[in-house]
Amino acid sequence: MTAVQEPKLTTFDDNDQKPVGYGRMLRKEDPRLLRGRGRFTDDVQLPGMLHLAILRSPFAHARIVGIDTSAAEAAPGVRAVVTGAALAEQGLAWMPTLSNDVQAVLATDKVRFQGQEVAFVVADDRYQARDALELIDVEYDVLDPVIDVRKALAPDAPLIRDDLEGKADNHCFDWETGDEEATAAVFAKADVVVETDVVYPRVHPAPMETCGAVADFDPIEGKLRLWSTTQAPHAHRTLYAIVAGLPEHKIQVIAPDIGGGFGNKVPIYPGYVCAIVASIVTGKPVKWMEDRSENLISTGFARDYIMRGEIAATRDGKILAIRTNVLADHGAFNGTAAPVKYPAGFFGVFTGSYDIEAAYCKMTAVYTNKAPGGVAYACSFRITEAVYLVERIVDTLAYELGMDPAELRLKNFIQPEQFPYETKTGWVYDSGNYEPTMRLAMDIAGYAELRKEQEEKRARGELMGIGIAFFTEAVGAGPRKNMDILGLGMADGCELRVHPTGKAVVRLSVKTQGQGHETTFAQIVAEEIGIPPADIEVVHGDTDQTPFGLGTYGSRSTPVSGAAAALVARKVRDKAQIIASAMLEVTVADLEWEKGKFQVKGDPGKSVTIQQIAMRAHGAGDLPDGIEGGLEAQICYNPSNLTYPHGAYICVVDIDPGTAQVKVRRFIAVDDCGTRINPMIIEGQVHGGLTDGVGMALMEMIAFDEDGNCLGASLMDYLIPTSLEVPDWETGYTVTPSPHHPIGAKGVGESATVGSPPAIVNAVVDALKPFGVRHADMPLTPSRVWDAMRGQATPPI
Amino acid sequence: MQVPAPFEYERATTVDHAIGLLERLGSSARLVAGGHSLLPMMKLRLANFEYLIDINPLHEELGYIKTSSDEVRIGALTRHRELLESDALAAAFPIFRDAERVIADPIVRNRGTLGGSLCQADPSEDLSAVCTTLDASCVIRGPGGAERVVSMEDFHVGPYETAVGDDEMLTEIRIPLRPGGGSAYEKVERRAGDWAVVSAGAAVWLAADGTIDDARVGLAAAGPNTTGIPEISAALTGHAPAEELYEQAGAIAARSCDPATDQRGSAEYKRHLANELTRRTLRRAVERARS
Ligand SMILES: Cc1cc2nc3c(=O)[nH]c(=O)nc-3n(C[C@H](O)[C@H](O)[C@H](O)COP(=O)(O)OP(=O)(O)OC[C@H]3O[C@@H](n4cnc5c(N)ncnc54)[C@H](O)[C@@H]3O)c2cc1C
Repeated sequence: MTAVQEPKLTTFDDNDQKPVGYGRMLRKEDPRLLRGRGRFTDDVQLPGMLHLAILRSPFAHARIVGIDTSAAEAAPGVRAVVTGAALAEQGLAWMPTLSNDVQAVLATDKVRFQGQEVAFVVADDRYQARDALELIDVEYDVLDPVIDVRKALAPDAPLIRDDLEGKADNHCFDWETGDEEATAAVFAKADVVVETDVVYPRVHPAPMETCGAVADFDPIEGKLRLWSTTQAPHAHRTLYAIVAGLPEHKIQVIAPDIGGGFGNKVPIYPGYVCAIVASIVTGKPVKWMEDRSENLISTGFARDYIMRGEIAATRDGKILAIRTNVLADHGAFNGTAAPVKYPAGFFGVFTGSYDIEAAYCKMTAVYTNKAPGGVAYACSFRITEAVYLVERIVDTLAYELGMDPAELRLKNFIQPEQFPYETKTGWVYDSGNYEPTMRLAMDIAGYAELRKEQEEKRARGELMGIGIAFFTEAVGAGPRKNMDILGLGMADGCELRVHPTGKAVVRLSVKTQGQGHETTFAQIVAEEIGIPPADIEVVHGDTDQTPFGLGTYGSRSTPVSGAAAALVARKVRDKAQIIASAMLEVTVADLEWEKGKFQVKGDPGKSVTIQQIAMRAHGAGDLPDGIEGGLEAQICYNPSNLTYPHGAYICVVDIDPGTAQVKVRRFIAVDDCGTRINPMIIEGQVHGGLTDGVGMALMEMIAFDEDGNCLGASLMDYLIPTSLEVPDWETGYTVTPSPHHPIGAKGVGESATVGSPPAIVNAVVDALKPFGVRHADMPLTPSRVWDAMRGQATPPI
Repeated sequence: MQVPAPFEYERATTVDHAIGLLERLGSSARLVAGGHSLLPMMKLRLANFEYLIDINPLHEELGYIKTSSDEVRIGALTRHRELLESDALAAAFPIFRDAERVIADPIVRNRGTLGGSLCQADPSEDLSAVCTTLDASCVIRGPGGAERVVSMEDFHVGPYETAVGDDEMLTEIRIPLRPGGGSAYEKVERRAGDWAVVSAGAAVWLAADGTIDDARVGLAAAGPNTTGIPEISAALTGHAPAEELYEQAGAIAARSCDPATDQRGSAEYKRHLANELTRRTLRRAVERARS
């Protein structure tokens, strides 16, 4: 057995190496955030600011017969009460969703999910606004709801979207990928076929900071300033321009510090639009901040896929084909945040990390009377679902064949020489070297020893499980030619300006929600031009201050804007080289770059630093012919492909046979995200994602009763994990750079959220092997595990 | 931020002051102790009271754990944290420390009180199960200093309902101290800090010859109330502790509880837990009684 790596608990010392470039360094944003000096949307206070509260539907499906707002209007401090009917007069009752559907800003005709926005009150303070909601009298005619997604397309199902012309059923869209016939042919000849129904239940991103906005419309200048909890300030600004008809140059969207996004803050929510309308109507700044229950019941959920997975293989364990049929619940409005041409996001990567002969997926998406979505909840546009499916069914195959799941995976990996590898569903994996990653995870885990321990424990009636997941992610959308959000191409701008004293400012279109952009991007620029990260200011989250770009989600910041930052720095360096050649009186070709300075080849004593060059670029005296003053550049980076990070995760669980409680004892995560910029930040991202995975695998689910009441409306009902549910994470890494990315980096923001749920579920199912359990759905609460132990596992929906 | 409906607020300076206010304001008023049950309900507007009477200033007076030779008295304002940290209490009734380790989280435990827990009368409340297990009685004070003492059985009238009248207040819990005792508590939760799926407490008192002189089991989250199970006491008393006996007790617990299926688990599973946890706690209580 190889040595088991003890989790290091005191790695803090070498976390601050103060690198001029890549390496461990403490986050530049942390002193502000840790000392309570962050500035979040709810911290914004403007003179004369009013407060907005939203009345929401108590019913999942009901016709609005009438709304009486007179008592609310007469309540103390109330400045305005606005209903859907009032918005409709301005043509603002409906807005487009990110998936080209429409969504009600305030309901006019019907409410279509519990928690839907019905009216809003603007008052002098938050309490008055909330109190006045109680005084609005809405008369509803309650309708039968569609809650069971499997019955949404039944002929007698109540029609949800009668607002759409000619719509006669609850069908949302169909989508398919791969080759149906070729796949059927391979299945027909296979020795072994395993079929499993796999549910990825509805979960919620549940960021600690809920969504909100402060809208400040200046009627004199005609300018709207909007502080809002958005992961994509530029895309939002353009959409507001389109929806509200305001000229785009008169809209400034500011995303201040954000307390977690996880995709929840990608969509435009009715509340933002209400705040804008309220500010225009009252002529005052208006704040809207949703409370915890509002966030959980009405904002973008994630997942909610019911998947039938089939895997075909030879008797000796060569995987031949994968086929799946998916029923997707999109809620009342299709608010999915995904590139427009990808209604199922990047679910097409469900073939995983394996070299197979054929694959096919058919998906049907439906409307139900539930909150709209689903968003990219740390899922890289549905890759979470895809990876969960394939990693779960590969394990069912291992079970069927009586083969070790690690061995089965190793046998089927795409080989390093096959990259770039085009999958059977058309995705071109840029680079990968899977076996070393897998072997490293197995080494850290002490895999063979663990299996031995398990055998001994089983003999004693103890329940121990070892679960493996190997994932390939696809992150960093675009390219712009086939990826856009409502027509906005997925490419990112970046600007870099070096000041006369050699300090710099880099302006980004992406927006951190906790990922550490202010540090990572300073390090990327530092690596290229040798200015220490401490001397580089990262400006982001303000559309008046930054170039256009599509925002932070789907792990795209480093793959797209990170590339932009590196390239813009190289552009600045190229100019610096010309100025340096004049300063040193040699030709450009005679200079070589040594981080932070240009020196004469063969005579390193003759050199000028980037700071000296910066002063010269702004100083007195002539510059070389054709060179303008200043030291700055701007670019827009359009990625040529996605990047494809991968990883091998191993989870060890123990289950109490008496109570069926699952304890995650160990978790080994080996990630390959290509070039590593700040390993400490990467580890932080991985730790967070793994914790998230424990939540989804073991406890999280947004459930509904049969009337459509949301049963997860508080954090006492919708559980998210704490440090007590997670082990000390054991992390490792391999490095396979992306060949097309300027610095070889791949995204890592969502890897752990994608990879950990199947590892944990696989471990639980493995532990339950003595009971003949081949599959059990999340969330694996003690009660559901106990059902599985008795052969009574049921899907959660 | 979830905001409650408007209410008026007053700090009580003495127990009689608090009771005087209750007397005057009637059912439109509520006492607030730790506030960890009351305030969440008010923020969600599931409960709206016109007046809150803050009894935290009475902590000096009603925050105590007093042990005598035959009784332990605990003031109603004693906080979870004080119950957790009291060595004297852990020595007399280890069940308290067992339970407090799994109740909520440090933030809640710093403020939440024994009195509030019992008066909330949530069927999932752990301390109610503990007090039931220990055969505690509750001291209720009313107008004019009138005091009455009721058993846990009589204290809990139904879910979220107690014997405490609108103008009364719980001031103290009394637990009889008997020789040869041992106790234990176990809870199954979906996550640290979550309410119980089911929890069970057990207390046994062994006679000099090692047989069971008395045994009690209390369950939480296993029915509309956290009542005790007399049938178990009857089945165990007079017998020597043994695995078969615990199994029998577990079966009685499963049979006599009345759990409901909800997000925390199926009724069937909860019955199973009532059985499993009854056995486990009895086993541990006996071990402790012996040592
Ligand atoms: C996140 C969270 C998790 C929790 N988890 C658990 C758990 O796992 N197990 C558990 O058992 N509990 C749990 N609780 C509840 C916790 O124990 C509460 O603190 C307790 O239920 C109430 O105590 P309190 O002092 O806060 O009461 P308060 O909220 O102040 O009062 C509750 C009720 O009792 C009344 N009241 C209070 N004191 C008196 C008195 N002396 N006389 C008469 N009436 C009185 C009040 O008027 C009110 O109606 C949890 C609470 C939270 C917020």
